[in-house]
Amino acid sequence: MKDNFLCHKLSEGVVEGEVLISQDDICYYLVDPATGNVIESGHDIEGQSVAQKILVFPGGKGSSVVQADGLFQLLMKKNAPKAMVIKNPETVLVTSGIIMEIAMVDKVEEQFYSSIKNGDIVRVDANNGEIAILRRK
Amino acid sequence: MELTQMEQEMLAGKHGEGVALAMKVQVATGEAFGAARMVPITRAHVALSNQDADTWFAEKMAKAGAKCKIAPTVNPGFSLKYFCGHCQSQKAMTAEDVDMMHRTHNVYKQLGAVLTYNCTPYLGSNIPQFKEVIGFSESSATPYVNAVWGARSNRESSLSALCAAITGLVPEYGLLLDENRKGDILVEVQADMDKDFAYQMLGYMGKKIGPGIPVFVGIAKRPTPEALMNLGAQLNTSGAYGMYHIVGVTPEAPTLEAAFGGKEPARKVVITNQDLKEIRDTISHAPGRIDFALFGCPHFSINQIKQVADIVQGQKLAVDLWIMTSANNKYLAERMGLKEILNAAGADIVEETCMDQPCWHFLKGKVGITDSPKLAYYPKKRGINFVIRDLETSVQAALKGEVE
Repeated sequence: MKDNFLCHKLSEGVVEGEVLISQDDICYYLVDPATGNVIESGHDIEGQSVAQKILVFPGGKGSSVVQADGLFQLLMKKNAPKAMVIKNPETVLVTSGIIMEIAMVDKVEEQFYSSIKNGDIVRVDANNGEIAILRRK
Repeated sequence: MELTQMEQEMLAGKHGEGVALAMKVQVATGEAFGAARMVPITRAHVALSNQDADTWFAEKMAKAGAKCKIAPTVNPGFSLKYFCGHCQSQKAMTAEDVDMMHRTHNVYKQLGAVLTYNCTPYLGSNIPQFKEVIGFSESSATPYVNAVWGARSNRESSLSALCAAITGLVPEYGLLLDENRKGDILVEVQADMDKDFAYQMLGYMGKKIGPGIPVFVGIAKRPTPEALMNLGAQLNTSGAYGMYHIVGVTPEAPTLEAAFGGKEPARKVVITNQDLKEIRDTISHAPGRIDFALFGCPHFSINQIKQVADIVQGQKLAVDLWIMTSANNKYLAERMGLKEILNAAGADIVEETCMDQPCWHFLKGKVGITDSPKLAYYPKKRGINFVIRDLETSVQAALKGEVE
């Protein structure tokens, strides 16, 4: 099985961590800063923690204000994701990532999505546009 | 990205550390989105939030000596004047909450912003022209300036809009380019769009509409400015939209062909009355007794204030009712005698305040009623729940203290 995938840098950074996949868009304001748990009811990863994860999700949603504030609160409590792997980049989420210095990529080779599952350990190298699966769960 | 001599100097710090920091963020953003160059803006709106990230970033910029080249209008935090004299609120707020608003005010004053404290600049204080390139944040504002006024702004965050105000530039990508403003999704509206409230629900269909630029067809009656404000605000609560078209209404959609730029829609979606009712019931708290009513997310227009005054005139409300609006509208309402009518019924007008602020902490654990899903969405985190109904039903419910 393929372990290395090309991607495109949105925000710089090189990090390793555990994968958490969300099928739904994310609004960081409805994530509890104290735990990193998603508190939005009915959300695909409701009750799961994004803290220190390599978060794989489609994109951001929600008002222009609260996305940045939500991410900042998580960052202050050390419960922000380590990296964001997204499909639909938009300005609010991307600039928040750049300003808060969280690695972020998009345009990952499609095969990546069928190769990973929650709990896998991956390395995201946004600077060189590469993701590597280091260990499968 | 190809930067001019001047832009390279800005990035290198020759125009100060603040400008360099703002440029660094903007160049990284431009590179993330494949922008070829920077372009000048002639307007900006910063969705100041009086929350940690925003004030932290603004202070970082101010400390680095930044001044706004393009003076932006700004969103509301909360009114110190109103809430420091409001005893319930005063008890529920901490000294830090009050200090934060002072800090926010001082830093934006120092940066040289136009201190409008209003989230609907597109209806009054900061209206762009057709094709004008601008940097606007605030979720209800970006779709309004793009779709309704035909100006060009990406869906900036408050932080990136502040960078734009400081440099007077934005990276050229996304909605700044003709080819990215065309429709992707055909949304056939079969629902009755008879009230402004229907646009709140239509906007909240983001999950069904999906990512891309929606093109609405089937809207026979011209929507009011308030309806379009509602539509944009809710599209950005349920999803992330900087642009939409309404065929025959918005300026870049005289025809269906023009809206799609000649290409085929990637997707077709039908929205019925049943969809709008279902989404309302999904996001609304269960009906029954209510403790208060709150309106003005986005800030109410003078017409909306009048609608409320007309309903409560000569009656007494069973529960508290607040309307959030701009200082200008509050002044107008006073001059027009509307404030007197509202006050006599037990309602009040709150100027320059957002729902998502600590001044409302005294409502924790209570159930309110409102006409705005966006208003209801964010305070969930603060333990405040809302029944969602159209404006008339909401005001009637506040008169009775309950809703069926």
